[in-house]
Amino acid sequence: MRAFTYQRVAATAEATAALARIPGAKLLAGGTNLLDLMKLEIEAPTHLIDIRDLDLARIEDTAAGGLRIGALVSNTDLASDARIKRHYPVISRAIVSGATGQLRNKASTAGNLLQRNRCPYFYDTDQPCNKRLPGSGCSAIDGASRGLAVIGTSSACIATYPGDLAVALRLLDAEIETVDAAGRTRTLPIADFHRLPGDTPQIETALQPSELITAVILPPPLGGRHFYLKVRDRASYAFALVSVAAVLHPDRTGRIAFGGVAPKPWRVEQAEAALQDSAEAVVSIAFDGATPTEQNAFKVPLAARALASVIARARESSDAV
Amino acid sequence: MPQSNMNPPAASGMTPVRFITVNGEQHSPPEDPRTTLLDFLREQLDLTGTKKGCDQGQCGACTVLVNGTRINACLTLAIMHVGDEVTTVEGLGKPDALHPLQRAFVTHDGYQCGYCTPGQICSVIGALAEIDRGVPSHVTGDLSAPMITTRLEMRERMSGNICRCGAYSNIQDAIAEFVGEPR
Ligand SMILES: Cc1cc2nc3c(=O)[nH]c(=O)nc-3n(C[C@H](O)[C@H](O)[C@H](O)COP(=O)(O)OP(=O)(O)OC[C@H]3O[C@@H](n4cnc5c(N)ncnc54)[C@H](O)[C@@H]3O)c2cc1C
Ligand code: SF4
Repeated sequence: MRAFTYQRVAATAEATAALARIPGAKLLAGGTNLLDLMKLEIEAPTHLIDIRDLDLARIEDTAAGGLRIGALVSNTDLASDARIKRHYPVISRAIVSGATGQLRNKASTAGNLLQRNRCPYFYDTDQPCNKRLPGSGCSAIDGASRGLAVIGTSSACIATYPGDLAVALRLLDAEIETVDAAGRTRTLPIADFHRLPGDTPQIETALQPSELITAVILPPPLGGRHFYLKVRDRASYAFALVSVAAVLHPDRTGRIAFGGVAPKPWRVEQAEAALQDSAEAVVSIAFDGATPTEQNAFKVPLAARALASVIARARESSDAV
Repeated sequence: MPQSNMNPPAASGMTPVRFITVNGEQHSPPEDPRTTLLDFLREQLDLTGTKKGCDQGQCGACTVLVNGTRINACLTLAIMHVGDEVTTVEGLGKPDALHPLQRAFVTHDGYQCGYCTPGQICSVIGALAEIDRGVPSHVTGDLSAPMITTRLEMRERMSGNICRCGAYSNIQDAIAEFVGEPR
């Protein structure tokens, strides 16, 4: 690990000021992704700003009837909140399908959204990778791509956004609230938060250099039955090959988002009308224009089967999710 | 030389806390901020019960309790824990006064080589505290009902603790004896 200086801040303004002032500074929340990458020297911040003491660990009701989730709320606390379990169970289900109890206790809401990808070549510092070393090339396109994205990719990068929580948040159309060093706040839809790689795969989100995420805002509950089905190589504790987040209503309307298939949580609203029809119909619209590799072409039919299984469960009389 | 400002903010009128409490004893944080909590425990405090397996948050051998919550000591810096109370396996029981869970592991041979055992034990204690707080798991049926300690639940909740010897069935038996019938 490269040397760095460390600072524990007491106020958000102190954190954003340090971010703006110190080149190479990074915020430190749970540290479960950042420190992992620092050990491999894939990330090498010069200065860490520990934000654990900021007053961002609460979940509050909003005037609109939704919830405001502080950026530092742990994944465990979010999954366990009575309001989340009751009105947004897809969030609880998505969180507990990821990582382990130990990691979820440490992982924060904002850190989870900002976790970096799990492409094997991104981690292998001997191999070219445009995300890690812009311009060096992409080893995955002709390499081991089984776990990587099938849609939204570019000739520069085919990595998948690996997280689970963000897929549920995209389904619910959550918003991300930020503040920058000038004290300016903004709220952006999660649909616009993660970006597609294009020519600049190293830029993964719309977050600006001195911006800090303060909260994630949930709109009022949607009702319906909530599902998060994660298909992976082991029954537990693995990243998704394909995941399906769904809110389904008895009249066969609903929302669908996919994880493990694209550089961002993948939701195509126009595809949702096809829920009246079949899972295949939804997937054929949502994955229109997909460019899978030979190794990961299985993900498109797998997405259809995973969605079909969710729809079948929704139609069973039992209300276990 | 890396330098650090390790004074956490003090609530007005209070002196800032500058130490890390480990098994009830106070310690100054390490000089080098790069020191993980795991290396601090093992190399600076000589508490070698906590083990280094993968050093990447994957195997769970380094599981410790921080303010009663289980975490991976390898993916956190010691300096981040100024003001926290850390409990390692050494803090749970002693060879002549075993914790009941340690005794259950002995009774059921919940190990072969024993390398993962301290992490397994701290993880069980943390997982049971989570169940009491209503934390759901991937196999929980009804999210809103009280959480229970079935074998299936404990298995899933312990999935972050890998045992390379494959002593899982005995580990499960040890846990089952300790928790008693599902609550
Ligand atoms: C073995 C293993 C398995 C895993 N499995 C899964 C899985 O199955 N599913 C899944 O979804 N995740 C998984 N994860 C990833 C895990 O969920 C993330 O590491 C975690 O959520 C990151 O949160 P953190 O608070 O620790 O982030 P940190 O590591 O502290 O930070 C991550 C990034 O976010 C930035 N950041 C943090 N807070 C803010 C803020 N408020 N504003 C702006 N920037 C901020 C940091 O600067 C850093 O760049 C796994 C991780 C490991 C190690
Ligand atoms: S897919 Fe992206 S992350 Fe993987 S090697 Fe190519 S550029 Fe790097």
